[in-house]
Amino acid sequence: MSTALQGTQAWAKPSPRMWAMRKAEVGVLTVLALAAGVAGAVGTGSLPGAIGALAGVALLAPFSLWVTLRRYRAWAYQERDDDLLVSRGVMFRRLSVVPYGRMQFVDVTAGPVERLFKLASVKLHTAAAASDARIPGLEQGEAARLRDRLAALGEARAAGL
Amino acid sequence: MNLPARGTGGEPEREGPAGPGPAWQRLHPLTPVVGAVRSLAVLALVLLEDSRSHSGGAGPVLIVVGGLAFLLLLTGLVRFAVTRWALDGPTLRIETGLLRRDARQLPLARIQAVDVVRPFVARAFGLAELRVRLAGSGRANGRLAYLTEPAALDLRARLLAGHHGLDQSTPEPVEQPLATVPPARLIVAALLSPAAGITLVLAGALVALTTVSQAAAAAIGGTLFVYVISFAHRTWRRVADQYGFAVALAPDGLRLRRGLLSTVAETVPFARVQAVRKVEPLAWRPMGWCRVEVDVAGSPGREQGTRSSRLTRALLPVGPVATADWLLSSALGLRQFELAKPPRRAVWKSPLSYHFLGSASESGVVAASRGRVRKTTTWMPLEKVQSIRWVEGPLQRALHLATVRVDAAGRGVVADMRDRDSGEANDLFESLVAASRSARRHGPTPAVPRGAMSTAVPSSNAAPHPAPPQAPGEAELGGPALGQPDAPRL
Repeated sequence: MSTALQGTQAWAKPSPRMWAMRKAEVGVLTVLALAAGVAGAVGTGSLPGAIGALAGVALLAPFSLWVTLRRYRAWAYQERDDDLLVSRGVMFRRLSVVPYGRMQFVDVTAGPVERLFKLASVKLHTAAAASDARIPGLEQGEAARLRDRLAALGEARAAGL
Repeated sequence: MNLPARGTGGEPEREGPAGPGPAWQRLHPLTPVVGAVRSLAVLALVLLEDSRSHSGGAGPVLIVVGGLAFLLLLTGLVRFAVTRWALDGPTLRIETGLLRRDARQLPLARIQAVDVVRPFVARAFGLAELRVRLAGSGRANGRLAYLTEPAALDLRARLLAGHHGLDQSTPEPVEQPLATVPPARLIVAALLSPAAGITLVLAGALVALTTVSQAAAAAIGGTLFVYVISFAHRTWRRVADQYGFAVALAPDGLRLRRGLLSTVAETVPFARVQAVRKVEPLAWRPMGWCRVEVDVAGSPGREQGTRSSRLTRALLPVGPVATADWLLSSALGLRQFELAKPPRRAVWKSPLSYHFLGSASESGVVAASRGRVRKTTTWMPLEKVQSIRWVEGPLQRALHLATVRVDAAGRGVVADMRDRDSGEANDLFESLVAASRSARRHGPTPAVPRGAMSTAVPSSNAAPHPAPPQAPGEAELGGPALGQPDAPRL
């Protein structure tokens, strides 16, 4: 994050369980890729193909783990007095600011995998379709707290279109 | 044609429990006929065409069409019988539905626009359709089809007067015509489109290939034929839609009138304008023409997730840049200012569009231009800003550039300040956040130039620091002040 965009407060981060979830996702994908490679090698009966597939998976798995870690670390948000600041992305770094008064509604979603890790995502919707203030990987208590706080602040500062 | 000689759309009648209920009215009695004719015209054509290609003759087709006509007429009659509407103080109430009653209450304070649409068939009967659009989800809109033309215009005047908190019998204010578009210019502009260029290229290829290879020429010819048909259709649509375009200034907003066969009369309330765009396509530049569009608020419907309606209206479908600039300043009070170019090194990031890239923020308005083939300049008042985004891609990071995007309500309503210097982008981000915050709180800064419209607005709305008058019924309507009749804001 550039120094000028540090904001006034400390950045809050998603839960460490999100990193556990991401690791599990990468792990499952690796196992699946391995299984597919082995099945393919057995099916065609070619040893070089099997070695290639294994090497590919062995190289790709750490790399994707590294990318996932960096992307996980890039998520951060700040509840400022008047707006929510969300920062994300590694290659394309993005910083979104959504004033509380512009919020139309707040979505809290938890997919099956997120529920397994007791996590939830919070998404702010404004009248602009392009606003992308989304915070994934929050612990469910924190997500509920954020939702209530955002809703209360949104009501207090509501502005028209 | 024997039209009943009534001033309104139907006879007022009282229903329901005793006491002062709203004065319910019905739609025009010819409504079922118009509806049936509109649906049948297309169907009959298709079926007749179909029967000609088969050998059965037109007999069975006529029976089918006759039966359908009867059915359509019957459903139309039922719908007519169960539909009623009333202007009940600060709400327009529309009730319809035989099995599933649908009772809508349209609070006048939340009206976004009132359009009078005259589809071709309805026009032949002297009828018009009234469409009421509300802020908020797109589902909550009201539609009254059909009323007599005077009744529709009268109701529109009353709705708009009610929207502004005035007495509903206030006559429709006088309009001040601003600009019209002559049909010839419209046709030339429609022909000068990329599609025309592709058609020409295809035709050229056809001519060149006929001498070389018959097979290739036939293939090209088929493509060309399809393309020419669709091009002609599109051109026709564009010309017919915008035919006789006229924009006028009224105290409550901009009045747009257009249409050849079906005519449309729309009102764009000033307070609903989110952004203004000037588009200058390549093919129009020799003529010095451009198009002016406004984005009107339309918020994402919750039911449809992120789907959001972007209501883009042409304020000037095609016209000289000078007219466009004059329109922007006189109708919307927009003072144009010089846009700053991004640093020279941004050429590496945006080699083509660099030529027209530029952005600036001044006196409560943020402006940005982009595009190489279609130069697009967007102006957005800061108090309409919904969110601000800062983006830095890998190439931009290497060049010390960043983009700041400013979003307003709707889909794709964005002022894109592309490829600014990193430091400048950081400052811009923070200053825009602060400026849009104060613009939201205090309304536009006094430095915002006010155009002719601020003087044309009724005195109750033209306070120097807009303290929007509380519209009647606003309190119990809930919804965070979406329908406040704000003073003009550009």
